[in-house]
Amino acid sequence: MFNWIGQTIAVTALNLRTIPQRLGSSGVAIIGIAGVVIVLVSVLSIASGFTAAMHGSGSTSRALVMRSGADSEMTSGLGGAEVDVIKQAPGLRRDGHTAVASAELFVIIDLPKISTNTPANVPMRGVDRTVMRVRDEVTIVEGRMFEFGTNEVVVGRGANGQFAGLTVGNELHSGQDTWKVVGMFEADGGIYETEIWCDSRVLQGAYRRGNSYQTVLARLDSSESFNTFRDWLLANPQVNVQVRRETEYYAAQSRALSGLIQGVGYGIAALMGIGAVFGAILTMYTAVSTRAREIATLRALGFNTTSVVVSVLVESLALAALGGVMGGVAAYLAFNGYQTSTMNFQTFSQVAFAFQVTPQLLVMGLVYALLMGLVGGLFPAIRAARLPIPSALREL
Amino acid sequence: MKFLPLLWSSLWRKKIRTIFTLASIFVAFLLFGLLMTIRTAFTFGVDIAGLDRLILIHKVSLIMPLPVSYLGRLSTMDGVKLATHQTWFGGVYQDPSNFFAQMAVDPEPFLALYPEFKVAPDQVAAWKADRQGVIVGVDLAKRFNWKVGDRIPIIGTIWQPKQGQVWDFNIAGTYDGEAGVDKTNLFFRYDYLDENRAGGEGLVGWYVVKIADASQAHEMGAKFDAMFANSSFETKTTTEKGFVEGFAKQMGDIGAIMIAITIAVLFTMILVAANTMAQSVRERTSEVGVLKTLGFSNASILVLVLSESLLVAVIGGGLGLLASWLFVRQGDPTGGMLPIFMLPTRDVWSGAALIVGLGLLAGLLPAVNAMNLKITDALRRA
Repeated sequence: MFNWIGQTIAVTALNLRTIPQRLGSSGVAIIGIAGVVIVLVSVLSIASGFTAAMHGSGSTSRALVMRSGADSEMTSGLGGAEVDVIKQAPGLRRDGHTAVASAELFVIIDLPKISTNTPANVPMRGVDRTVMRVRDEVTIVEGRMFEFGTNEVVVGRGANGQFAGLTVGNELHSGQDTWKVVGMFEADGGIYETEIWCDSRVLQGAYRRGNSYQTVLARLDSSESFNTFRDWLLANPQVNVQVRRETEYYAAQSRALSGLIQGVGYGIAALMGIGAVFGAILTMYTAVSTRAREIATLRALGFNTTSVVVSVLVESLALAALGGVMGGVAAYLAFNGYQTSTMNFQTFSQVAFAFQVTPQLLVMGLVYALLMGLVGGLFPAIRAARLPIPSALREL
Repeated sequence: MKFLPLLWSSLWRKKIRTIFTLASIFVAFLLFGLLMTIRTAFTFGVDIAGLDRLILIHKVSLIMPLPVSYLGRLSTMDGVKLATHQTWFGGVYQDPSNFFAQMAVDPEPFLALYPEFKVAPDQVAAWKADRQGVIVGVDLAKRFNWKVGDRIPIIGTIWQPKQGQVWDFNIAGTYDGEAGVDKTNLFFRYDYLDENRAGGEGLVGWYVVKIADASQAHEMGAKFDAMFANSSFETKTTTEKGFVEGFAKQMGDIGAIMIAITIAVLFTMILVAANTMAQSVRERTSEVGVLKTLGFSNASILVLVLSESLLVAVIGGGLGLLASWLFVRQGDPTGGMLPIFMLPTRDVWSGAALIVGLGLLAGLLPAVNAMNLKITDALRRA
């Protein structure tokens, strides 16, 4: 037994030490595998960044009320009277006599994107006076909160970075309206950071919405009072609404796009993986055939077949691991934290987010690399073990 | 031609290597075809958008409506051939995940403005006769297995009917079009929408205007916007091409980045394959010496070696491109998320050029080396 382990280690060490002599063909395998890992990790980092931005927006202790049948905030509509009823629902947190709920308008304003200088649908939200108590994760990081009743707005950090004209102190001209940017806010990196916020009453006037809103975002007494709140509203004939937890709403919003990106990412990586496995197999066959004489000599000397098999597999895995690490590092350096924005088709509006190369993605890339190495090394290893000794010794 | 058997046997000199080289090239070009398809999908059909069609939207944002009364003023302007309006409906068929675009249009001017949508004349007549009639793209009809005459209920999200939540439509016909035309839309009649919606009467989404002279697009757009300036519905006019491009840019660089990464890696893979192919020629130096001894000229050696690498590239790459073309022909696998799912002819040609380039690149250096080889050296080296 010890003898066997000793043999395996000796042969493996010999293999690994001779890799530099076969740099050309080993490089082929390493580059091939690194390439696949780069594609896998970087494409999935787009999906994970987007999902993180959408999920970061929700809190389980908040409920979103929309008109029943509406599939997003954009298409929802609630009358002023309905909003008053919603604010009386049980289960909702109250500060004295005021309900901690924000009746909101969600519209689009056309602003140029900085990176392309083409128009983009930037989301604009009209909010209630209670907004900062409803969304307690939001903090003003520059300037101040807007005055209610005026044409002042505050902008999210993401919107500030992606769209032109959103610096504090600037004025925005949109149609016949002028908005003055007085502050910038952060919201834990969530989707709200892509938005522009203003007084809902002022926005009603600017977008000719009369006394109507689109959604009510309510802070619940506790996460458990959601059912009380929802059941009361659904049973109330004065309103025709649907009630969802905010987290569920945003999870559903991100599903389509992140699903598409992940599908493309996995699909391409799987196809490329097949290509890379071919590369690895070729490399290992070359490695085995150039060393056919050495292998045959070892076996003639009495070395075990298994130790030869293991040594070839270990070499292949080592090359794959090297490729996997290189690919992961390259993807991380190139894309982690890359800021961009895209269109969320559910609301027709922009979402700013950063690519996220997470540790899970790196591990996944490495595992995938090792898998490719294992498959790539298997057949050549078997061939090395089956090499007929006499003819291999004769081979030049 | 008579050297074909020689080429063939030298190709299979090392079976395993040739098979795997072919397979890698196959995968690389299969991917190339699929990527070009995805890239085209992300441009939302900008290539076929008309330059003589202008789009007028509300100046503040696309989601703001315009009054239907603008139609008369636009139609009577000099330089305008035809004007019509469209309205986004955004309804849900059975489940929100079954997303497809529905638009309210005025049938006659709509079909005149978009000659790329091909509808059978009897179906056009049926559409004009039935207020609840719709025409649907052939891809959409295939997706839900709809037939002419089917009745389909759609839940309104933006526009509510006066009673209930559901709008009923009858399929009057289907439209087809060349590759690159989005065949996943549903068009229904504006008069049906306007008479039955609760609120929003007399409002339309945007206008499409066909102008007589495409080179005047910019001037005409400025004229329209000036005409409606200082009203409560100011407009912003762009060419349809500009509009679609702007829309595609809103997707941002994620599509571009995804494709850039993959193409970069793809090229690396192709270079790696080229290296393997070159390697196999280098190993045969002594055989080249023998051929020369037998009286093969330098030129024929060059051609022989080059043809071999070209052959590998063409077989592997050609099959790969063919496979991707066959796959794309099956239609969009995501069920409606990529409405324009096609492999453009232009990209097939660039793929073919890439294949030839790969064959030449892989073969050139070893071929020149083989050509310049002295017989004595070649035979000694073995």
